[in-house]
Amino acid sequence: MELKSAIPEGPIEDLWDGHRFNMRLVNPANKRRFNVIVVGTGLAGASAAASLAELGYGVTVFSYHDSPRRAHSIAAQGGINAAKNYQNDGDSIHRLFYDTVKGGDFRSREANVYRLAQLSVNIIDQCVAQGVPFAREYGGQLENRSFGGVQVSRTFYARGQTGQQLLLGAYQALMRQVGTGAVTLYPRTEMLDLVTVDGRAVGVTVRDLQTGEISSHSAHAVILATGGYGNVYYLSTNAKKSNATAAWRAHKKGAAFANPCFTQIHPTCIPASGEHQSKLTLMSESLRNDGRIWVPKDETDQRSPSDIPEAERDYYLERQYPAFGNLVPRDVASRAAKRQVDNGRGVGPLKNGVYLDFGSAIDRLGQPEIEERYGNLFEMYDRITGEDPYETPMRIYPATHYTMGGLWVDYNLMSSIPGLFVGGEANFSDHGANRLGASALMQGLADGYFVLPNTVSDYLAGLLGQGAVGTDHAAFRESRAEVEDQTKRYLSNKGTHSVDYFHKALGHIVWEKIGMERTATGLQEAMRDISSLREDFRRDVRVLGSGESLNDSLEKAGRVADFFDLAELIARDALHREESCGGHFRVEHQTEDGEAARDDDNFSYVAAWEWQGEGKPQILNKEQLEFEHVHPAQRSYK
Amino acid sequence: MNLTLKVWRQAGPTAPGQFETYEARDISEDMSFLEVLDVVNEDLNDRGIEPIAFEHDCREGICGSCGVMINGQAHGPGFRTATCQLHMRLFKDGDSITVEPWRAASFPLIRDLVVNRSAFDRIIESGGFISVNTGSAVEANMIPIPKVVSDAAMDAAECIGCGACVASCPNGAASLFTAAKMQHLNLLPQGQAERWQRTQSMVETMEDFFGSCTSHGECQFACPKGISIDVIAYMNRDYLKSMSKNRKLGGQGLTT
Repeated sequence: MELKSAIPEGPIEDLWDGHRFNMRLVNPANKRRFNVIVVGTGLAGASAAASLAELGYGVTVFSYHDSPRRAHSIAAQGGINAAKNYQNDGDSIHRLFYDTVKGGDFRSREANVYRLAQLSVNIIDQCVAQGVPFAREYGGQLENRSFGGVQVSRTFYARGQTGQQLLLGAYQALMRQVGTGAVTLYPRTEMLDLVTVDGRAVGVTVRDLQTGEISSHSAHAVILATGGYGNVYYLSTNAKKSNATAAWRAHKKGAAFANPCFTQIHPTCIPASGEHQSKLTLMSESLRNDGRIWVPKDETDQRSPSDIPEAERDYYLERQYPAFGNLVPRDVASRAAKRQVDNGRGVGPLKNGVYLDFGSAIDRLGQPEIEERYGNLFEMYDRITGEDPYETPMRIYPATHYTMGGLWVDYNLMSSIPGLFVGGEANFSDHGANRLGASALMQGLADGYFVLPNTVSDYLAGLLGQGAVGTDHAAFRESRAEVEDQTKRYLSNKGTHSVDYFHKALGHIVWEKIGMERTATGLQEAMRDISSLREDFRRDVRVLGSGESLNDSLEKAGRVADFFDLAELIARDALHREESCGGHFRVEHQTEDGEAARDDDNFSYVAAWEWQGEGKPQILNKEQLEFEHVHPAQRSYK
Repeated sequence: MNLTLKVWRQAGPTAPGQFETYEARDISEDMSFLEVLDVVNEDLNDRGIEPIAFEHDCREGICGSCGVMINGQAHGPGFRTATCQLHMRLFKDGDSITVEPWRAASFPLIRDLVVNRSAFDRIIESGGFISVNTGSAVEANMIPIPKVVSDAAMDAAECIGCGACVASCPNGAASLFTAAKMQHLNLLPQGQAERWQRTQSMVETMEDFFGSCTSHGECQFACPKGISIDVIAYMNRDYLKSMSKNRKLGGQGLTT
């Protein structure tokens, strides 16, 4: 396939403005003739649906949750970046752009990232107007803090619940449109297939999770805002229901999947406490502003952390990266922690963590100030571990957190299927090989509030006078039949093991071999192991109950089946990318001091994989990346 | 530790329900309550019995999906804790634990421990927002908000919409939820334009679905975010004022 990035011509500062002027408009009377489907109600989905409805389009929204407000964006803790430069500390749109391209290890599109930095300021305005209670100074002005990978304070936050507050803002905007009748909302409804006619996206097949009814919905355009695929690892900080099914089914209908091997391991999560662990909990990266990371110098040291004197502690990040210290980007911090634990210097009962210590911050600022900044995080930690972080250092370890890869989109956020748009974490667009902290919320809302309403309008303008394809069309019928078949297959399988049993086993392979460090041999083994485990899964999975009522196992079976295919593609992508960059670290490609060694001559491209049918390897398509403004250099945080 | 769980099982909204007793063995004190249900479900699946349906998602106390009555208490014995954050160190070996769904007529049962809380969405839809179309916002720092006001709004805005307040109320009232959602917006300068209309719509929608508040007060102790019933007092005050403010001439006055 040919990948057209659709980046407009001109100076980078004027691209988005110019593009908005050149895009076609739909007049208000015609807008109501168009219907758009939005799948997913996180930041990107809810904001896109609300904004499109405000413009006058008919919008149909699907969410597998009982309420749109449950989407996993709600769990984001730390904050949202914006180039407001309220702190007068040298920030600007250009610097946010620069930091994001550099932080992404030079594997993102400059034009997209520049637009993201420009829109960041509008997002804050919009959210404040909606009533998002961001933290404030005593004078009533907005407060900021700094985050990993940057040297300015540009992060806006609402205690440790920024994602919650931003999502509630978008949810309230969405519910306002539900109230006016502009949005038709289907909660507890899961998208299980994308329907295309003549190569265009024309609708979706969905299953009502309460009644099991499978139905078709048609529209002039479809937006997927269905999140990332971190749960392929089984243990991750993603919510239990987060899955890749909607995106993967679109991939199988022809949407290219880009850079699947760019997955992010977050450095500050609570270590697993045993085999029963069902998910991992993130401790916001903002904690690295005041917490100091260390391990005992002596790996046999059994003393409690408070008994270990300063001189016998190794503050390894401060030692290795004096300029950024504990605020190095996520990928760097994660690998450094892994090395400490691999070398036997891990702490805690399972020796699977490192200390994050607030002792010196409490001495410097006093406990009340630390409580004000991180109170709810400390409380959360205490609840989970039974340890009080005001008294004893936290134990942390990296865990899968975010996926930079996703469905390939052009500058308009349209996938390789015309009429299928993708927003938020589900697309691959802005973070390159590594996402900076507090940038996911920014991207989800930029896509939903400001990019999609414009670019979707432009697409719809070209369809003026055409009705939506009827759901009696053969393509809809076939799609329904296929989805019904899948459901029946799982229920009639006479296996012996639960879906979770297989998901855990898959997660184990992916974490061990396609996790923080990857090797060619390990990746080849992973592909073999995944494939044989998938055979077992198909033969031996046991799903009880019926397809006509709420059935958690049945829902999970379909999602885990897609994770198998996706895991295989992650391995294939990781194997082909013979370099290390951002979240993708190939042991064979590192500098003398163990940092990621990029290969810009051969790999400065987006790898977009094209589906070839069941059982056949995907074909690789390349979109070359050009860097005119930020010149690729080895990232240095020393 | 080993535990005995008595769990409410009900195949569907109209099917008859009953308690079933299950043994949970080798439970570690580091497990969360939902992880115990995972262990029981794994065992049930192996024995050919349909697993217990329960709501859950983020498992870190913020999405508001989970929530069951544990020994008659919403979200169980932990203070300011959602079910997913309730860890087993609060229980002891040999304990017998009764697990039931939220009990409220306005939350009809779907299956086992899963109920339908969509009445909450109807309350938000009726006025729990600030009407500001995308693109029409002013520069964010043009609206200075005193820190105490912003903090108070945030205290209310922390509500996760789990429904524990309704489940723990003898009247099945949703006053804590509605008041928290309303006061988040009513306290802020941005929320003033629609304050009185919002108040009236939300209260009246709430009354369509839920019972009425008699200041019993259990809700604030069941709330995993510790939201105080002070917000209910403010809601009642605002509702009373809205009666005059929303009259054609009354609404012309300032918002004091």
